[in-house]
Amino acid sequence: MDIKSMKNYLYWLYCQFELVTCSYLMEPWEKLLFYTFNISMLVMVLYIAYIFVPVHISTAFHFFFHLFGNHQENTVSIVK
Amino acid sequence: INHIVHNGGLYKRPFNEAFEETPMLVAVLTYVGYGVLTLFGYLRDFLRQWKIEKCQNATEREEQKDFVPLYQDFENFYNRNLYMRIRDSWNRPICSVPGAKVDMMERVSHDYNWTFTYTGRVIKDIINMGSYNYLGFAQKAGTCQEAAAKVLSQYGAGVCSTRQEMGNLDKHEELEKLVARFLGVESAMAYGMGFATNSMNIPALVGKGCLILSDELNHASLVLGARLSGATIRIFKHNNMQSLEKLLKDAIVHGQPRTRRPWKKILILVEGIYSMEGSIVRLPEVIALKKKYKSYLYLDEAHSIGALGPSGRGVVEYFGLSPEDVDVMMGTFTKSFGAAGGYIGGKKELIDYLRTYSHSAVYATSLSPPVVEQIITSMKCIMGEDGTTVGKARVQQLAENTRYFRRRLKEMGFIIYGNEDSPVVPLMLYMPAKIGAFGREMLKRNIGVVVVGFPATPIIESRARFCLSAAHTKEMLDTALKEISEVGDLLQLKYSRHRLVPLLDRPFDETTYEETED
Repeated sequence: MDIKSMKNYLYWLYCQFELVTCSYLMEPWEKLLFYTFNISMLVMVLYIAYIFVPVHISTAFHFFFHLFGNHQENTVSIVK
Repeated sequence: INHIVHNGGLYKRPFNEAFEETPMLVAVLTYVGYGVLTLFGYLRDFLRQWKIEKCQNATEREEQKDFVPLYQDFENFYNRNLYMRIRDSWNRPICSVPGAKVDMMERVSHDYNWTFTYTGRVIKDIINMGSYNYLGFAQKAGTCQEAAAKVLSQYGAGVCSTRQEMGNLDKHEELEKLVARFLGVESAMAYGMGFATNSMNIPALVGKGCLILSDELNHASLVLGARLSGATIRIFKHNNMQSLEKLLKDAIVHGQPRTRRPWKKILILVEGIYSMEGSIVRLPEVIALKKKYKSYLYLDEAHSIGALGPSGRGVVEYFGLSPEDVDVMMGTFTKSFGAAGGYIGGKKELIDYLRTYSHSAVYATSLSPPVVEQIITSMKCIMGEDGTTVGKARVQQLAENTRYFRRRLKEMGFIIYGNEDSPVVPLMLYMPAKIGAFGREMLKRNIGVVVVGFPATPIIESRARFCLSAAHTKEMLDTALKEISEVGDLLQLKYSRHRLVPLLDRPFDETTYEETED
């Protein structure tokens, strides 16, 4: 019975979304337009996050690591 | 709770009024909802303009397209894009007497509320939480109905004249003497329409060179009457005695704007119960201010006559004051007496003056005889002069219903505005989609409610307004409360964040918006 209450809960969440964004009041073609716009925006944001977030995190990591004075092993230090 | 009395002990009973602040998240989401609907409104207007979609609302004719546009302001935009979507919650046709339960004709719309068709089915026994039936006199059987039927067969239905010509019946004289006795004033006069009582009599009382101080949230009839009179109008913040005192001081000190002459008359316009907020006027303080600054008071008891006070005599009796302190006591017969019309009560010289100079007396048709008889019978019932205790029982039942209903709703966690003792209960909804959803869901569960949105309330503070009645039994209220709780969980309306301490007897200014006990 957990699946049923989970489905009811998800349906209730969907109803709340409809009420807050007023898509409860829209005609079907307006709803289609609204959901298409929202879902496409969401998919784009997730895709960009998937591509760029690892690169950004590793760049930031290297920047801070270098900033706090830790010399990396493969840098050539000038020895007089 | 330290109960320090700041206003000289004017109040003989605690004055519990509270307006909980809008939660920030709810306000933001409401604006988001209105933003989305506005964008779609622009889209639909664009489609209608370019004839991609059929235009079903009123537009100018082809020849008038180059004139000043008629339908481009915000009111019309709101009307065709937002109001039309939820229009099925208003103007619902009922087909029985609007007592505690009412029958409604079912209607459907196939083109999203632009047109309605009746299915032919009648929805029976809907619990009526929307009619102004405070003492339950909207009945089709009983002493009032029998008396009205007898008078109908004796006098007929129409009067066919104005009060000053041939329309002054002995029934009207009897009614006016009874109203004067009921209110405790010297004399009274009755008119055919409550709205017209205000809008036609204020111009007879004040004119140019007078000052009107009117509350922020006064009814349209008072505003119209004030504007028609030609007097200067200044607005004070709702129920805020500091704001009123400041305006009075400025008026006395500075006088009229250019000439600095003293004002001919200063009239304070307040209402007994404000029907959109459920708040009660701070009458002891208003009367103290009126006496200090020597101005006149016009009290509109449309919703409070019959509904407040231990014997139903209105807000003056509720606070234990004398009716002689109020210069003009106005009220309507529509709400607690189950009839139609309005009255004005006051000193004999005032009423004699109004009999000659009021526009309503000269031009408006007088009250219809069966309606007059309904008022006479119901008023005698409330006063106890018909020999039974039915009237007193009704007044007490209304007070009990009010306290019970408000307490239960607050416990459930809804945001309720207004005073603890007012039978008008506004429940805040805020978001535009929830206005339509609440009305429809309650109708599915056989409860009829009135939901109110933009032009009548500020744009984010939309509400559902319950009007309690002495005809509601406890079982009906319990059923209604159960359904309201269910719908509140379904639509997530239980916004109240913390328990409120009732407002203390402190001056109500911007810094004391709500008292909380955290």
